[in-house]
Amino acid sequence: MPIAHVYKRDHVNTDEIIPARYLNTDDAAELALHCMEDLDSKFMDKASAGDVIVCGDDFGCGSSREHAVWAIQGAKLGAVIAQSFARIFYRNCINCGFYPIELPNALELINDGDEIEIDYANGVINNKTQGKEISFKPLPDFALEIINDGGLLNHIAKKV
Amino acid sequence: MGMTITEKILAKSAGKESVAPGDLINANVDIMMCHDVTTPPAISMLAEKGIDGVFDPDRVVVTPDHFQPAKDIKSAQLLKRLDTWAKRNKIKNYYPVGRAGVCHALLPEQGHIRPGEVIIGGDSHTCTYGAFGAFSTGVGSTDLAAALATGELWFKVPESMKFVLNGSLPTGVYSKDIIIAIITRIGTDGALYRAMEFVGSTIEEMSMEARMTITNMAIEAGGKSGIIAFDDTTKEYLDGRLKNDAAYDVFTSDADANYHSVEEFDIASLEPMVALPHLPSNGVTIGDCAGEVMDQAYIGSCTNGRIEDLRIAAEFMKGKKVAIRTIVVPATPAIWKQANDEGLLDIFYEADCVVSAPTCGACLGGFMGILADNEKCVSTTNRNFVGRMGHPTSGVYLASPATAAASAIEGKLVDPRKYM
Repeated sequence: MPIAHVYKRDHVNTDEIIPARYLNTDDAAELALHCMEDLDSKFMDKASAGDVIVCGDDFGCGSSREHAVWAIQGAKLGAVIAQSFARIFYRNCINCGFYPIELPNALELINDGDEIEIDYANGVINNKTQGKEISFKPLPDFALEIINDGGLLNHIAKKV
Repeated sequence: MGMTITEKILAKSAGKESVAPGDLINANVDIMMCHDVTTPPAISMLAEKGIDGVFDPDRVVVTPDHFQPAKDIKSAQLLKRLDTWAKRNKIKNYYPVGRAGVCHALLPEQGHIRPGEVIIGGDSHTCTYGAFGAFSTGVGSTDLAAALATGELWFKVPESMKFVLNGSLPTGVYSKDIIIAIITRIGTDGALYRAMEFVGSTIEEMSMEARMTITNMAIEAGGKSGIIAFDDTTKEYLDGRLKNDAAYDVFTSDADANYHSVEEFDIASLEPMVALPHLPSNGVTIGDCAGEVMDQAYIGSCTNGRIEDLRIAAEFMKGKKVAIRTIVVPATPAIWKQANDEGLLDIFYEADCVVSAPTCGACLGGFMGILADNEKCVSTTNRNFVGRMGHPTSGVYLASPATAAASAIEGKLVDPRKYM
């Protein structure tokens, strides 16, 4: 069962998600080795496929490097749930077909280690540990279309 | 209802009479900026879709900058992918190593930035170009790939925030101090998703270089873009410089345009500012941090690596020796040459500074001045996140070229006015 890795922090930035010293590659598997390294150097030892990162406001602020999303995707994480997202990171997620979940009081509703299941179609996070169902606001339709097509380039290719 | 300058540019780019905040539009993109970190992945994504060519090569400007000249084998591979693609697509606005410079200094200097246009770049500090009355924003590799292939990109029209800056800059205070003060007041997400429009007598008195320092850091407040309306100073900078010298559109905000909010600043009473680790919004006045011991000073980057910045730094260093490692990085080859012609490089040499080739270098922890554990660096750059310039325990103190240069001389944070 996927678990939540909660960081009670705002402004977790792209330098923490994937430090620039690793930007000399764009290989997702290689980037994944350093995912979240400058926030928590043990993160990749703790995280398993499907796990979820939970943070406060302004997640992903800083650089436009899509490598931040690729590192998270490369690490096979299930989702990022944040109270709010920085603009470019949010857009990059959608463009990469990765659903960013915005949940204004995420840090109150999810504790570190909670078992989490996400139902994207209905916009529900099932916090199994606490026995709570938490609704989140679904993405707007145009963004969902991009995600369902597997990202912006697939979406454009489909339209052309 | 009137429109802001940003709304007018976006309306034009979408072929519409008017737009309002929240509207989703498909914008025609006039210029796409490509560098060595985010463009090679965009090229690969397009190749996977069987696309190699670009929609209009003349709208593309390419320069390696982050890791140029290549810092290691992997970076060399990135530069090679960029170089091969640019040559194969006959991109005439390609600045290979030797002519390459820090993108946000290079594109305006080489006349690629025109008022009233829509510019995107695979770099968050693309907001710099808003200083010329353009809509300019940073994007990731996928957006860049989409724009390269189609010549357009979708945007949500942002709300605008107005920043009214009045009064003349006091001695020892610079545009860098202003933008640190603004970000400190509103926070790193204080302008999230919004356009930051800068107006007022302080702006009117500023050079284009100083204006670019302000728009450069709009992203540090979460802004989608920063913008300053075209005026005589803009015109003077652009005349004779533009690569495309067709008439350009000059837009201004209507008197009855709608703003999310208006923030006023009395610049005449502003003090030199330093943003302490690890957020650009951690600004304090120099009086509150003077004496903090530094290990390195860094003068360069797309924020403050222009000729005006180097002149300011040299003024402090003339006839003196630096007390700590000091790295000076002219942002473009033309700036390097100008600094050389003006004798600034001699001053830096005599002061025991390292002068490097144009590169983003250590600003983002790439190379050419990386920090060891627990080291502290006073830097004219734009970001001071954890590990930004090196070891995760190092710290970056953002400041103006004057504060950085004065601090380099004493090896600790110093009020530059002491030397003026």
